[in-house]
Amino acid sequence: MTAPVAERDLLGFLEAAVSETPVEAIQPVVTPETASETPVRQLVIINWSGEFDRVMPTLIMANAAAAMGYQTKVFTTFWGLLPFVKDQKRIVGENFMQKMLTFMQRPGISHLKTSKMNFLGMGPWMMGVLSRKYNIASPKELLEAAEALGVEFMPCQMTMDMFGLKREDMIDGLGEPVGAATVLELMTQPNTASLFI
Amino acid sequence: MTLTEPTSAGTAQVTTLDAKGLKCPMPIVKTAQAIKTIAAGELLEVLTTDPGAVADFAAWSRSTGNSLVDQTIADGVYRFVLRRK
Repeated sequence: MTAPVAERDLLGFLEAAVSETPVEAIQPVVTPETASETPVRQLVIINWSGEFDRVMPTLIMANAAAAMGYQTKVFTTFWGLLPFVKDQKRIVGENFMQKMLTFMQRPGISHLKTSKMNFLGMGPWMMGVLSRKYNIASPKELLEAAEALGVEFMPCQMTMDMFGLKREDMIDGLGEPVGAATVLELMTQPNTASLFI
Repeated sequence: MTLTEPTSAGTAQVTTLDAKGLKCPMPIVKTAQAIKTIAAGELLEVLTTDPGAVADFAAWSRSTGNSLVDQTIADGVYRFVLRRK
């Protein structure tokens, strides 16, 4: 550049110089579709089990989907509702039978049993040791991550009533209780995947 | 194993996320959180030791629209460079 240049020519020169930097030279490994072409995808999970080996895939899939920009909703029903009771709650319910239920099956995300080889807690204990050894996120960590990513947890109204669970027994991140029709409507929307875990 | 210096021209800010040691799905969970902290056009460099991340970051990029501009491996550490859309 020997000759004096006008300001806009200088800008053009700078832009050209910038475009020759290594940043621009990198060929994109993945060039995604433009936003307008990508429809909003949705993942709906029915979480009906309170066991470690079912709650884990629910939380992992929910986290991955939310991280990928999917609208993610988890319907928690039957035993699947108990992990979403506050960890510090021990016995919940209004009558004797409901109290017995949570006496036998301790609620809370940190107290999951395994479906196989529970052996009075030996199974979950070993799972915990192995998870920590291999740095796998715990159900509690996954639940917190899912809440931070905006995963919507929807409790089943019918199960809440049957277990005698009150809104204040449940974790703060839980949404309003809903019924089967709400979930079916979500599951049949376009670009929606639904899982029954 | 070419390592590009994205900051060399000062055109794009690069932020590094150390996700080494984390297992699925935490690398992409942390990435999804970290990408929100940078401006559009800026680069996020993610370091991970999870071999499953190679397929996962490609899928994540296609789904979210954030380009995967570079990926390398050195000493068992995978490095992904993502540009926020």
